[in-house]
Amino acid sequence: MNVTVLKKLRVALSLLFFLLTLSLFLDYRNILPPSIYSKILFLQFIPSFIKFISVIGIGAAGFIVILLLTLFSGRVYCSSICPLGTFQDIVSFLERKLKKKKGKKEFLQYEKEKNWWRYSFLALAVIPFLGGTILFINLLDPYSSFGKISSHLFRPLLIAFNNSIAFLFEKMNLYIIYPFEYKGVEVFSFSLALVIFLVIVYLSFTKGRLYCNMVCPVGTLLGFVSKFAFVKIAVDERNCKSCGICERVCKSSCIDTKTKTVDFDRCVACFNCFDVCPSDGMKFEYGFLSSFKKNQQNIEETKVSEQEEKVSHSKRNFLFNTFVYAVGLTGITLSQVKITPKTKSKVAVFRKNPVTPPGSQSRNNFAQNCTACHLCVSVCPTQVLQPAYLEYGLLGMFQPRMDFQTGFCNFECKLCGDVCPTSAISPISLETKKLKQLGKAKFVRDNCIVNTENTDCGACSEHCPTKAVNMVPYKNKLVIPEVKEEFCIGCGACEFACPTKPYKAIYVEGNPKHLTAKINKEKKLEQKVDYKEEFPF
Amino acid sequence: MDRRKFIKAGLFTSSAIALGNYTNIYPYLASSLSSNYDLVAIKGGEPEAMFDKAIASLGGMKNFVKKNQKVVIKPNIGWDVKPELAANTNPKLVARIIKHCFDAGAKDVYVFDHTCDNWNRCYTNSGIEKAVKDAGGTIVSGESESYYHQVDVKKGKRLTSSKVHELILESDVFINVPILKHHGGGRITVGMKNLMGVVWDRRYWHQNDLHQCIADFATFKKPDLNIVDAYLVMKKNGPRGVSQDDVLTMKSQIISTDIVAADAAAAKLFGIDLADVPYINYADELKVGRKDLNKLNINRIIL
Repeated sequence: MNVTVLKKLRVALSLLFFLLTLSLFLDYRNILPPSIYSKILFLQFIPSFIKFISVIGIGAAGFIVILLLTLFSGRVYCSSICPLGTFQDIVSFLERKLKKKKGKKEFLQYEKEKNWWRYSFLALAVIPFLGGTILFINLLDPYSSFGKISSHLFRPLLIAFNNSIAFLFEKMNLYIIYPFEYKGVEVFSFSLALVIFLVIVYLSFTKGRLYCNMVCPVGTLLGFVSKFAFVKIAVDERNCKSCGICERVCKSSCIDTKTKTVDFDRCVACFNCFDVCPSDGMKFEYGFLSSFKKNQQNIEETKVSEQEEKVSHSKRNFLFNTFVYAVGLTGITLSQVKITPKTKSKVAVFRKNPVTPPGSQSRNNFAQNCTACHLCVSVCPTQVLQPAYLEYGLLGMFQPRMDFQTGFCNFECKLCGDVCPTSAISPISLETKKLKQLGKAKFVRDNCIVNTENTDCGACSEHCPTKAVNMVPYKNKLVIPEVKEEFCIGCGACEFACPTKPYKAIYVEGNPKHLTAKINKEKKLEQKVDYKEEFPF
Repeated sequence: MDRRKFIKAGLFTSSAIALGNYTNIYPYLASSLSSNYDLVAIKGGEPEAMFDKAIASLGGMKNFVKKNQKVVIKPNIGWDVKPELAANTNPKLVARIIKHCFDAGAKDVYVFDHTCDNWNRCYTNSGIEKAVKDAGGTIVSGESESYYHQVDVKKGKRLTSSKVHELILESDVFINVPILKHHGGGRITVGMKNLMGVVWDRRYWHQNDLHQCIADFATFKKPDLNIVDAYLVMKKNGPRGVSQDDVLTMKSQIISTDIVAADAAAAKLFGIDLADVPYINYADELKVGRKDLNKLNINRIIL
């Protein structure tokens, strides 16, 4: 086989995965069909793993495919499927172009493995997770990090580009391209995305794929598995002339030409070495234990680590609850949210429970399963989904919440559940969604315009899709809202529309566990119309 | 005057006569020539057939749209619901109006609304986007603040300024196509209430006496033509509606150049006392139009 084909194949495959994944996050016009999301993201390791432990099924088996693939031929996930990995390759590629232009000659070289770093980060992701806290996975999962970068940096850039084109067209009286009203800039998520972006760019600019072999817990885990890979890349000692060319292009800095060895644990299967070797000095080794014949006991370790990952859900629930209560006692998880900050309406309104997206079932389920990739934030057509700051407490930072300042949940939409790659937001039918009660509207009469100004308003009732908020007679022929909670689905349309400041006169109190609303069934109008009857004027 | 000067002056005058647009100077002349009706009410037919008849009795669309003019049509596209639920203007009616505009020689016909639900979904699911495109019109977004420009509402009592969509400000002809519906705060929504969809900040209206603001804004911009769609009428749970059970098939239409008269007639058709719809009375006081239908010359057509 012509091995240089492998590199071309890897580049093509990685660009394909990268562009597909990126397009999901950039699709601010909701052009892509919802069914395509789960297909493209099927192989993303952490989301698939999280989904698997709560809903076991073929749809969630992507991470098993990755584990088997790694066991066969090493870290293919890192080389081609992980969008953050390919993003680093793109940065390195640009860096090489840049250096060539300047005539500089700096190359990568073999470096010792940074096991302390690697296993510390892995432990940071795994141990709190076993304790029920997904926060560190959210911060370290490469797919979710890429999601945050795409949502908060690439997507706004594209929108800005779109809007400037739209502006130019508008000047020519053309309305072919329209501007996109970008509502949510969540400072903390933006900052996090920026930090991750800068770290990634710096590391890939100077050290190739060091991030994957120093920080990334998925990289470390798959590296561990790839020690047992059936097909491994190795140096062919007979043909190798120790020229060192491969070492200079090795993204993982894992080829040592002095000892003629490849640390396959760190190899991200990029096949650059095969591509450049002038003397056929790279080869494949076959056999699961080919590089392992010396110390047998390591195998035992792997078994243990795999068991650790497949921890049962109920145990996790227990651990999670204990953890949350322990932290909750310190008051961190119970930050309360003011609804708006100016003057005028008098009664201060605080939401005790934040509202989670439809399909998330309960706050607990959502908190445990959301890796904060912000895909739902990106696709939400009304922009009501925004990353949380402290609304879910410290441990739920960056997980999306329903923000009724920026929008409200569209009655006819269930896109977030369709696209979520974990089981944080499950796909539900539109019928179910239309009755899914995320929270209940609470009316604060003392803040209401009708009461304070003695004028009509009705903005809340106007927007209510189930007429849980209805206008009833009030003094001076006015009408005032009345809430029938049993019909309320907590979509937040009333809260969004309510014009009072700073505190809303109507707001949604989240249901920690989602309930089902009653159908607001009324008498059908009698269709008795005489079309020949004279007009009443 | 030498010959050269004479030719120059002659060319100038003749081109001025040929190129100038004098219809704006004599609008009353133009319309009074062909129609005497202040308002046309029609019922018993399909939306298109009713419109054809009604507009003909007003002298045809050429009375309102001149050659090469830019027309903006403002239907109600406020909600992400199917046409059967009657929360949005009938797409067939919108398409028919566009056709009449082009037949009258309109250069461009634009359609937009500042929607309540997500605008893309409203445009699609109301059937209006497709109807407009099929009819050759241009559908425009109302969901971008950059399209809205600050204007003074000089005669307004509570609403003294507002940000208005540029198509309303720049177009030669403005056709208002509301659907008649029940409305929680406004009691009913017809022509004047429909104009809430041409401004950016609606919350201000709700905060500062909704009814007065509705009447105030009508002093700023009176549509050249108001076409009230009352084919399907949402009798309760408006303006969004809960189900088809709220909808009555009334097969009616009201057309008038007077927005207050159109609203007053629509109120009667809906079966609500004018006194219960404050904004119609406020607008009458502000002399936006006439609410007293007895003083109007009405053409009543029953198909």
